[in-house]
Amino acid sequence: MAGGHADVQKHVKAYLGVFVALAVLTVVTVLASKIHFGSKAANITIALLIATFKASLVAAIFMHLRWERGASIWWTLLICAAFFAVLMSVPSLTVFELPKQAIFQMWDVAPPVPGGH
Amino acid sequence: MSSAALPYTVEPHPLTGVYSGKLGTWLFLASEVMLFGALFSSYVLLRVGAGDAWPSGEATHLSVPIGTFNTLVLIVSSVTMVMAWASLKMGNLAKGRMFLALTIALALVFIVVKLLLEYIPKFRGHHLPSTNTFYALYFTMTGLHALHIIGGIVVIGYFLFPGAALWRTDPEYYTNRIECTGLYWHFVDLVWIFLFPVLYLT
Repeated sequence: MAGGHADVQKHVKAYLGVFVALAVLTVVTVLASKIHFGSKAANITIALLIATFKASLVAAIFMHLRWERGASIWWTLLICAAFFAVLMSVPSLTVFELPKQAIFQMWDVAPPVPGGH
Repeated sequence: MSSAALPYTVEPHPLTGVYSGKLGTWLFLASEVMLFGALFSSYVLLRVGAGDAWPSGEATHLSVPIGTFNTLVLIVSSVTMVMAWASLKMGNLAKGRMFLALTIALALVFIVVKLLLEYIPKFRGHHLPSTNTFYALYFTMTGLHALHIIGGIVVIGYFLFPGAALWRTDPEYYTNRIECTGLYWHFVDLVWIFLFPVLYLT
């Protein structure tokens, strides 16, 4: 990162701006949770969207990613994001749970007869 | 600098483009994303599986005002952490150390509130990890997060006192170590930003 005094002073202004934004958004999150947006899923989605935005502010400004030029850092984050996406999609694999019968049909074998040989 | 000293503590490594401590910290944080990610993923699976049986709002017995207070405490501590780095960057060690001390103080506030106002009353009220799936997740996720806060206190405490000696011999190296400490500290704040709505609010 470029490191002159003037640069850092500019950063300090950004830090205080982000602080105000984070504090306001925390209050907004709490207030939004008291409003019913039609469904539980809608409320969760809104809460997570605000949280994601707050997290982005922290990562971009406090963690200096806004000014990060090191390619190795970005590759690390890209690979991390890909694995994180896989990790978070694991629960959705339960959607593919098929009834036993369907699996046997898929493999074209006869299902075992209960109690039979 | 002796020949045994670590290379690329200040100047960027020609292959990675950054000083090595920073890349190391980010690699560590990537592994932390997977650690907490596994718990968030488990949370989604268990919550979806529980359906309407999942407690929310009053049923969780979690205090939104206390959770909000601690969220704000961590946000302020992130500001003081980054201000410590900015002060060092501008050559002011005394101010940098003051901000480090403030960060530790705020971290202690978080831990004390968590322990005295949340965990202990929960245990007294027989809301234990074994009570139900919600509390199992609540205690595992916030507990792991609290351990990270304690770990942060240890690291920042080291740089506040014995570690600060590095400033005299290599101020830029010291400033970079504070930046890396900050990366970790902001990550811990970032995890809480998701934990708070997921456990307390929805």
